[in-house]
Amino acid sequence: MNLEKETNSRQGENEILLEVKNLQVSFFTEAGEVRAVKDADFTVKKGEFFGIVGESGSGKSVATKSFLRLGPQNCRIKGGSIEFEGRDILKLDSEELRAIRGKDISIIFQDSLSALNPVYTIGSKLTEVILRHNQMTKQEGRKRAVELLTAVGITEPEKCMKSYPHELSGGMRQRVMIAMAMSSHPKMIIADEPTTALDVTIQAQILKLLKRLQKESGMSVVLITHDLGVVAQTCSRMAVMCGGYVVEEGTAEDIFYHPSHPYTQALIASMPKTGGGKFEQFLERDVSDNSGSLCPFLSRCKYACEECEKSLPGFAKISEGHISRCHKGGTISWEMK
Amino acid sequence: MKKIVNRIIQCILTMFIVSIICFALVKAAPGDPVMTYVEPNMSEEYIANLRESLGLTKPMWEQYALWLGRILQGNFGNSLMNSRPVLTQILERLPATMILMGTSMVLGFVIALFLGLYSGKNKNGILDKIVSFFCFVGISIPTFWFGIMLIYLLSVYFHLLPSIGMHSEGDGSLGDLIIHLIMPCAVLTFSNASQYIRYLRSSTITEMSSDYVAVQTAYGMKESGILFKHVLKNAMLPMITVLGMSLQTLVSGAIITEQVFAWPGIGQLAVTAVSQFDYPLIMGITMFTALLVVAGNLLADILYAVFDPRIRKAT
Repeated sequence: MNLEKETNSRQGENEILLEVKNLQVSFFTEAGEVRAVKDADFTVKKGEFFGIVGESGSGKSVATKSFLRLGPQNCRIKGGSIEFEGRDILKLDSEELRAIRGKDISIIFQDSLSALNPVYTIGSKLTEVILRHNQMTKQEGRKRAVELLTAVGITEPEKCMKSYPHELSGGMRQRVMIAMAMSSHPKMIIADEPTTALDVTIQAQILKLLKRLQKESGMSVVLITHDLGVVAQTCSRMAVMCGGYVVEEGTAEDIFYHPSHPYTQALIASMPKTGGGKFEQFLERDVSDNSGSLCPFLSRCKYACEECEKSLPGFAKISEGHISRCHKGGTISWEMK
Repeated sequence: MKKIVNRIIQCILTMFIVSIICFALVKAAPGDPVMTYVEPNMSEEYIANLRESLGLTKPMWEQYALWLGRILQGNFGNSLMNSRPVLTQILERLPATMILMGTSMVLGFVIALFLGLYSGKNKNGILDKIVSFFCFVGISIPTFWFGIMLIYLLSVYFHLLPSIGMHSEGDGSLGDLIIHLIMPCAVLTFSNASQYIRYLRSSTITEMSSDYVAVQTAYGMKESGILFKHVLKNAMLPMITVLGMSLQTLVSGAIITEQVFAWPGIGQLAVTAVSQFDYPLIMGITMFTALLVVAGNLLADILYAVFDPRIRKAT
């Protein structure tokens, strides 16, 4: 009996919640089209903590905001599919989309101060969001808001309800954002650099909180960050983005211990280590390519060969569930230094 | 609260300084009020007596102190021209000006509210471009020209509307008032709305790109809800300042527009007073206007604190 239960839950864990294929997102500016996301594929399973890492401008934030079709007015999703529980989000009408936004998928932003409307109290905002997706009276909504604030570790929830965003500390505001995200028992939370604006101790607290909530509720979390340390602490699987492409995807162990793509290797090698590490030198190659028809890491890659200057590599399978977008697919040796 | 008391004290101080400047300016202005009373057959002695009875021979500071003392008692003195109390004359004209200015301010604001929000939200859309074009027209064309054109078109050419005044002879009905109000009000509303729209549009654009709008979208709020609940309240903040500053026009009136349409308001009274060196009247109107400017700013400050909790905390 117990065994059966376990296999069931394991099957549940492997069930795919979100599948993004060939996503392309562009910004249309006065200077022309800027392709922020050129080709991104992700698979997020039910109940997992999925990390997306990459440098600034790699398209990680734009790609994940597209999961909810968010973005500025001049931003357009040009191609691909985003399947959430088997439904393509890109094909939903605005009513269906609104039903998913904040209900099935919630989002936490980096800057918690600007993410909360400065002229309304925390309580009024939180209650409003709760009432939007739940059938309950205003009193019940307020009660639920207080419960949520307690759940995210705010010590004086009643006082917090009456506060304005600027009266709270950064950590508290981010907790409020998490409470808001949790308000309708979402199946997935997108956390867009939730700890970047916080100091290290608060950062650890917030990550712990997210991890705990994720375990308790069985939801999936997509964590976007440029901090490899954060990913290592929390994620079970992850994707690495560079120049609008997903260049490597696999389990956290795969990527940290057996990075295959030169970009991932460079990222990991550049992490500061105690006791001093070796600083990797990069070549500055004379190939600049913005059209997206070549490898995004080409100009900085020391392993680049003729083949790399001719065509964009496809994904090479390194091991089960570990893929790398490189012509040399898995042949570049890597040792933890 | 303490801050508000401080602000009120500041306002009183400002009014005091304004009164000195106002008094000094009028005294320094060329022209002798006595001359308007003088007739060819008057003797020198009679003119000197007249000068003394008008209080014009006393030292400047004494004249000021007397004037200020009376003003504090609500006595703005008598007009030099028709000897009627200044305050009575201002109060007589006040309703006419307030009807005209109030209507055009409220109308301008309501129009701006919708068009400003709409064009800010749909930046560079077709309607935004049309609205922007008319705003520039409204801000650029002089009101007197627009007024005269309206009179020419609607009164002279089509005989639709009366061109001057506030009432027809012997007709005190509301309908008659409204007919007279249409044109001057249209002129002022057009120019007011144009300005307000520009302000609201730009603050709407700023607010629309802020994170909390993205968050509300991400949490499934309707676009209209975001616009009217979240964006509006924030976009209104700069509007408070603009409205506070234009509060004084409620009383001082639109001098030019009132002249063009012969609207019997305070603007017209001011022009007459200036052209006839009617010092008590000029000073009365100036002080009244200054009071409203100061009060408008004070009100804007207080409203700001009401609308924006961040300001309230600093208060």
